[in-house]
Formats: sequence, structure tokens, C-alpha cells
Amino acid sequence: MNRKLTQSLILSVIFLLLYFGFDAYSNGAQSEIKSDEQGSKVSIAKDYFKDKKIQWIIPFKEGGGGDTWARFNAPYFTDNIAGNPVILVTNIPGGGSIKGANYFANNVKPDGLMILGTSGTTQMPYLLDDPRVRYKYDNYKPIMAYPTGGVVYCSPNLGISDASEIEKLLNKPLKYASQGPTSLDIVPMFSFDLLGMDVQAVFGFRGRGAGRLAFERGEVLLDYQTSSAYLKNVVPLVETGEAIPLFSFGALDINGNLIRDPSFPDLPHFGEVYEQLGYNLNGIKWDTWFAFMSAGFGGMKLLLTPKETPDEIVNQFQEGIEKMKMDEKYKKTKVKALGLYEQVTGPAASKIFDLATKVDKEEKEYMKDWLRTKFDLNL
Amino acid sequence: MLDLVLQAFQILFSPEHFPFLIMGVLLGLVIGVFPGLGGIAGLSLLLPFIYGMDEVSALATLVGLVAVIPTSATFTSVLMGIPGSSSSQATVLDGFALAKKGEASRALAAAFTSSLFGGLFGAIILTFFVQIARPMILLFGSAELFMLAIFGLSMVGSLSGKSITKGVIACGLGLVIGSIGAAPATGEYRMVFGLDYLYDGIPLVIIALSIFAFPEISELFRKDSAIAEGAKLSKGGWMNGIKDVFKNKWLALRCSGIGTIVGAIPGMGGSVVDWIAYGHVVQSSKDKSNFGKGDIRGVIAPESANNAKEGGALMPTLLFGIPGSGSMAVFLGGMVLIGIEAGPSMVTKNIDLTYTIIWSLAVANVLGAGLSLFLAGPISQLTRIKFSLLAPFMIMVISFAAFQATKDIIDLWVFLVFGILGIFMKRFGWSRPAFLIGFVLSTQAESYLNMSVQFYSWKMFLRPGVIIISILTLISIYYSRKGSVDENEELIAQGLKKELKLMPQIIFAGTIAFFIILALWDSFKQSFLGGIFPIIILVGMIPCFIALFYVYLKNKQDRPEIFDAEQVAEPGTFKSPWYEPILWVGGLYILSMIIGFVPSIILFFIFFFTFKAEASWLKTAILTAAGVILLLTFSHFLNLELPQGLR
Repeated sequence: MNRKLTQSLILSVIFLLLYFGFDAYSNGAQSEIKSDEQGSKVSIAKDYFKDKKIQWIIPFKEGGGGDTWARFNAPYFTDNIAGNPVILVTNIPGGGSIKGANYFANNVKPDGLMILGTSGTTQMPYLLDDPRVRYKYDNYKPIMAYPTGGVVYCSPNLGISDASEIEKLLNKPLKYASQGPTSLDIVPMFSFDLLGMDVQAVFGFRGRGAGRLAFERGEVLLDYQTSSAYLKNVVPLVETGEAIPLFSFGALDINGNLIRDPSFPDLPHFGEVYEQLGYNLNGIKWDTWFAFMSAGFGGMKLLLTPKETPDEIVNQFQEGIEKMKMDEKYKKTKVKALGLYEQVTGPAASKIFDLATKVDKEEKEYMKDWLRTKFDLNL
Repeated sequence: MLDLVLQAFQILFSPEHFPFLIMGVLLGLVIGVFPGLGGIAGLSLLLPFIYGMDEVSALATLVGLVAVIPTSATFTSVLMGIPGSSSSQATVLDGFALAKKGEASRALAAAFTSSLFGGLFGAIILTFFVQIARPMILLFGSAELFMLAIFGLSMVGSLSGKSITKGVIACGLGLVIGSIGAAPATGEYRMVFGLDYLYDGIPLVIIALSIFAFPEISELFRKDSAIAEGAKLSKGGWMNGIKDVFKNKWLALRCSGIGTIVGAIPGMGGSVVDWIAYGHVVQSSKDKSNFGKGDIRGVIAPESANNAKEGGALMPTLLFGIPGSGSMAVFLGGMVLIGIEAGPSMVTKNIDLTYTIIWSLAVANVLGAGLSLFLAGPISQLTRIKFSLLAPFMIMVISFAAFQATKDIIDLWVFLVFGILGIFMKRFGWSRPAFLIGFVLSTQAESYLNMSVQFYSWKMFLRPGVIIISILTLISIYYSRKGSVDENEELIAQGLKKELKLMPQIIFAGTIAFFIILALWDSFKQSFLGGIFPIIILVGMIPCFIALFYVYLKNKQDRPEIFDAEQVAEPGTFKSPWYEPILWVGGLYILSMIIGFVPSIILFFIFFFTFKAEASWLKTAILTAAGVILLLTFSHFLNLELPQGLR
């Protein structure tokens, strides 16, 4: 017994010393920076990121849209950001992206070595005050923003050929295949409601792809897809006459005004259709729609860092990203991988960030109230 | 078409592309051996390389990786009883039983030959059907998918063991535990008891690992012999395994068909395919007495199905851009990154790429199965090692795998809780396969029922697809009445000779009953649509419980409900009490929470080897170093996280 105990204890000490020594050595490169003032001008070396690893938290599963976005950018970041830092994409899925974003909130330091990629799905529970949310957008600032759009389309069996005839749909009971009442589906469902359409949501679909499949099977006659999925999988259906595009959710210009989606210049945006039915683009209903559309689509993807991160670090990121956008190979593959919209930095990113994450109390309450009466959902 | 097919073949085999396929295959084999790591981990390793590649090379690498993971996942399923992937759970039943008999190399050889067969079958079907599959896939609406889930559940009949009462309760329990988390119909949260962790439900990986592997590990731990207990490793078992597949070629063909179809239906998910194949082989065999105890057909069926599945799953992935399984989601992500758009264009302007994918799939299966076959003999020697030398490695691997489920320390505790449930289910003869089938199909059954009622109301039962699947289900139930697999059949017979004490069984059944009441209380708090599914299941379980407790209270010792492996076993079989393995593993997890996983595993190795295996200084040091280096290498290259402890 004594021999065994001596053996275990001595070996334990040797191994633990070896391990912790190794650990300390390999972490030595990741030296900490000291900064406590907000965005202060701490002097940051030009090669700050040299030999460093940046952990990019993605609160979504491997293989999804958010994951693809990060993994597409990661090698270009390495090539173009000064010092060529290694980018590690870390997926922490769960709770409709709440889990990963909470992880970021609990673990991040203002040193630029951990960044968070959020999407419209992450913004929604934050805006609706979900009690599980522990991340606060007020505490972050954007490095990069990537807007997208969405298109609503319907089946030719409904007997209309474009949005100008949308009045014919108003009294038809329709079904919509949805992921759930607090997902990004809020935007299309709220849109249908504003137009006065009689749409019943059927929940439980896993992802928009499953919803599109239900459309192709004829189970639902109305659907929406985000821009890139629409281009890939719905445009072929439009060409063969199996789908009729109705309207897009629009896009935001530099001043934050709603304009036609540049990817679909021939399609009216939701505001046009709403006006066509005799409504005005103001009032609480419209403001609520606009706020949640901006959060869901206008600021579809945001790359964030804590507000206290030194400006110089954010600059090094943003300079690298702007350099990346000049890269010939990036230009060639980006459209196919991500779609037509441009990833933006600087003031443009800040504008999108503000629109996507700041919603007035009034609009918030209106949306919660709508969810309560429509889906019996208490938030 | 033929010239395009051949052209794709030529391109793939050109010297500038073929090495990439081999690279993908090798990587897939290495990663597949680790349970719980699938294509996802592989992809993160591959991605940096994919950027520099042309389309063909990148696709070849990706397909090579995805195709062989179910092949090499078989190693741990057969040799250690640890399901290597979610689609090789059923392989454990007979594969591990064969390994314990000393026939590991036969089981492995049969498994790899079936994998090869299934993989090629899937590739062939894909070649001929990819251009016309679109309308066929669209035939499966939510009503058909619901009926398919019911069909899957009907397999429980053949796997519930001697006591149908306990089998039904086990399946019901699986269904209820599978319904923890957001209700598909309303999004409200059920049975979360205030724990954030439960909002997404309990991950399948953890359930499969804990329910199957943990009881086996703990039993071997307590017996402390080699896995192949005293049995001689049969010579020439390797060749016999290959011959077994040829003898059962029609079975392999049927199961490959099942695998391809299930794979091709989006929304079915790959984790049920092995159970359907296994249920099928039990139902279609005349002599069922050996299933669960080492019948080679129980290996051939799931293994031919799970490799064929990948070929099937490529159809919805390529045609609709909708992944048919978890690894397909990753494959799809990889395609996006190299700029290939899945969708209708894959059978028109990109058809050449589709054929490249198919060829890669076929060739990868040949390479993967060939290499694995080659390794099967030597690796089978592992089953001869004294278990106390193997156990720390297995516990490390399985904990590591469990932690990868959601990268939360709670993963480890959930694993342990269900591991304990598994230990008692095994001890008291409750069917673990029935539990697993219920768990796997729970969400599917509920959400498709909700959708089809809303889309079709009662008219769903008039749809031709629904009628056909209903008939198949009835046939399956009819055949399952002719006998059910029970791993404890011999022990039950022995138990009849003894008067068994009932208290331990009653406490276990009582605990389950308490959980059922708790779940009912929770379900009645939900809205109608959110609570109705668990309520139906739970209420349905009540008569079974009444029947069970009736048997217990009347002390009807001749009924199969009464069983306790612990009391039936020969005295001296177990060298340590039942809770000892739990204490070791629990201790490891507590330590991990404080000082992190790696230092804890170092201490665990050293103390385990010294005290349990009574190893010498040198042996302990070498084995510990080997374990830690293995762990660190894997987590470093795959960029995987380990529990950090308090920092």
C-alpha cells in the first residue's frame, strides 16, 4: 500500500509539473494587454497579432449559414490582418444561439483575441428580453457587419402573378412553415399580419430548408428564403413557373432608409406593397416592422468585440478586412459563398449595428404584445 | 450519361486528384475511430487545406472523409461496446457480444465487408437515380414522415426482450426523455426544471454513449478480465467474417436498400437507420435465439445499412441543398466554401461534379473498408489485454466524446446520470435498444404528427404513402410477436431456479415511476399543443406500470419481469461493488471541474494504473504519457476543447 501511494504521488507530481510547465510555455505567447478605459489609446504594436490566435465564436452548428460565413472569412483574415493571426472558428451552438453568445459574454477580454459572430437569430431573443440572454449589445462594438435580405414567394396555384395582385390573397387561409415564434420568422410572420393576410404558422420545422421542402411538396403555398438560398434554390423554381416571387424585405441605404434590395431590383420591397394596400409608412406598426427587419436582415451578421477594446486593435482588424476585399480570389469566390451583399466596416458597420440592435421600448412592447395575442407566447 | 460517368472517373483517378481522395479517406478513418467525433471534427481540420484546391480535389477530400466515418466507427462498437457514431449503435449488440466470445476479428471483417457492400450499393443507386430522385423525395410529406417514425417505433417489438411490459416502458421513457426541451408545436419549454442546459434537449451522442457503453465498461471493470474473457481468439476468424457476408448476401442487399432509402428521405436522420436494419434482420430470421448474444447477422445488417445511407443522403443534399444527416450538413458547408451551389443545378449544368462525388464515394468505400479489413486482425488483439490496463483509455475517450456534445461540463454529468440508468437497465433486464429507439424518434414523431394534423387533418390517413407504410408497420408488428431479442436470455433461465430478492428492482422501477409522475405534472402545465404528446405517452405507460408492480407485489418469480443479473450471476464474477466504477468516473469529473480535464486525467491514469492494475512505476508512467499525448494531440489538431476547471 505504501509503495503504491508513493508511486502515485511521485508520478503525479512529475506529470503535473511537466504538464503545467508545458501549458505555461505554450501560453506565453498570448501575453495580456492592460486596458481599462473605454476604447482608450493604449499603444498597440503594429504587429500586435503576430503569433497570436484569435478565437471566433460562432453560436451555431457546423455547416450552417453562420458557420459558413466565419469559415469563409477566416483564412482571408489570416492573410490580410497585420501579423497574420491564426483564426480559430469555435462553434458553440444551443438555445437558438443564446448559449454561444452567453459564453462570449462571460469569457471575453477586450484584447481582440476573442470575437463573436452573431446573426439575426441572436438579435431576436435579445430584443425580446429573453431571460436566458446574458449578452448585451450595448457592451460591444462592431468590427464588421454583413447585411442580407429575404424574399417572400408563393405558389402559382394561388392564382396571382405578382405582388400587384396581392389583394386576392387577403381572404385566403394560408399556412406558413415556421421554425418557431421567436426565430427570425418573426419578420415574415409579422409582415403577413400587417398586410392583413390570414396566415397560420405551423411550427417545428428545422431550418428554412425544411420550409422550402414543404413548399415544394405543396404542403404550404407561401414561403420566404434569405437571399442566397433564394438565388440558389427558388430562382430555378421561378424559371419553371413553380414559384411566384412576391416581395423582398428590402435593404437599408447608407442613411438607414429602406430601399429596394439591390440583389432583386425588379421586386418591390415590403414597404411598397404595404403602401399599395393603402397603409402609411409610419405609426407604431410600421416602426416595429422596420426595427425588427433591420435587426433580422439589415444586420444579419455582426462581428463584435467588447466596447473597451482599444481602437487600434479594431483598426487593425478593419484595415485587414478592407485589404481582404481587394483580394482577387476573395472577390471571385465571395459571391458564390456568401451572396451579393458586401461586408462592411467603419461607420457603415456602426450604422448597421445601431439599427440592428437598438429598438425603442415602445416597439419592443408592441412586438411582445403581438406575439402574446397571436401565439399565446409570454415573454 | 455513360461518357460523363467515365469522364468523371478519369478525372478523379488522375494523379493530381487521387491523392486528395486518399488523404480524405485516411483522415476519415482516424477521426472515425474516436467515438463522437464525426465529419464535423474532420471538416475543421480539412478546411484550411480546401482553400488552395480545385473543385474536384476538394470534393474528393470531403467525400472521402464523410464516406469512411461509418466504416471506422465500427472499431469501437465491436471491440469496446462504445457506439462509434450515431448510426452504429445497433452494431454494438451483436458485434461486442462476438468480441467477448473472442471472435472480434470475425465480427470486424464481416462489418467491413458489409460496409463495403453497402457503400458501393449506395453509390450505384445514386448514379442511376440522382437525375430522377427529385419527385420521389417530394413524395415524402409530413404525414409519411410521421408514419415512418411509427414504423421505426414498431421495431421495439423485436427488441423489447422477454418482458414486453418492461420493453414498452423503456421505449416510453425514451420518448419522454426525447421530448425534453422546446415543444415542436409551440416552442414552450418542457421538463427543463430551470436548467439552461435542458432547453435544447439531451444530446443523442451522450445518450448513446452512456446507455450502451457505460454499463459495459463498468461490468468489465468489475470483472477485471480481458474483454474476450478467457476465450481463445479464433484463428481464421477474419476469413470467416468475409464468408459470412457472402452467405448472407441477400440480407446485406436488403439492408443496403433500407439504408439508401432512409438516407434519401430528408428529415429521417441517420441515427435510426441501423435500428430499422437490425429490427428487420431479427424479424426476417427463423432462428432468433442468438441475436444479442453474438449473431453475425446482427453485425451485417446495420453495417451494410449505415454505409449505404451516405449514398442515399447525398440525394437530398445535392438536389435540394438540404442535408440528410449531420455529416451531410458539414459536407454541404464545405461545398459552399469551395463555391459549389447545391440545388437543381447539380443534375443539369454541374452533373459532372455529381458524378465525381459518386465516384469518390465508391472509391472511398473500397479504400476505407480495405484498410480497415487489413487492420482488423491486429487491432482485435486489444480484446486480450487485461481490462484494467484498457479502462482508463476507454473512460478518457468516452468522456472526451461526451464533452464534445455541447462543450459544457454538464455534458459529463448527464453522461454519468444516464450511465447509471444504463447500468440498472442492464442489471434488471430493461431493453436498452427500446429506450434508444424511443429517444431517437421522439422529436420526429411529435413534430411530424403536429404538422400533418395541421396540413391534412384526418385526411392524412387516406394518402397512399401513409397507407403503404401503415401496412409495413402492421407486418413488422406481426413478425415481432414471434420472438424478441433479449441479451439476458440465458441468465433469465438461470434466474428461474433461484428465489430473487425484489427490493432492488422495486426501488429502480419506483424511481422511474416517480419520474413519470413528475413528467406528467410538468406536461399538464403546458398548453394543449405543447403538452399533448408527452401526456399521451405517459398515460399510456401507466397500465404497464400497474402490470409490473402487480408482478412484483405478488412475487411471481416465474415471470420474465422479475430479473436481477447481480443475483443470478455466479458468486465471484464481480470483484468490486457496483458503485465502484461510478465513484472513479464521478471523481474524475469532480476533479475536472476544479483543476481541468487534462490534469485530472493525468491523476486518474496514475492512480488507476497503480491501484487497480497494480502496474509498475515504468508501466504507469509510459501508459499515462501515452494517454495524455494522445489526448493533447487530438484536441490540438482538431481544435477541440476540454473542460477547463476553475480559472
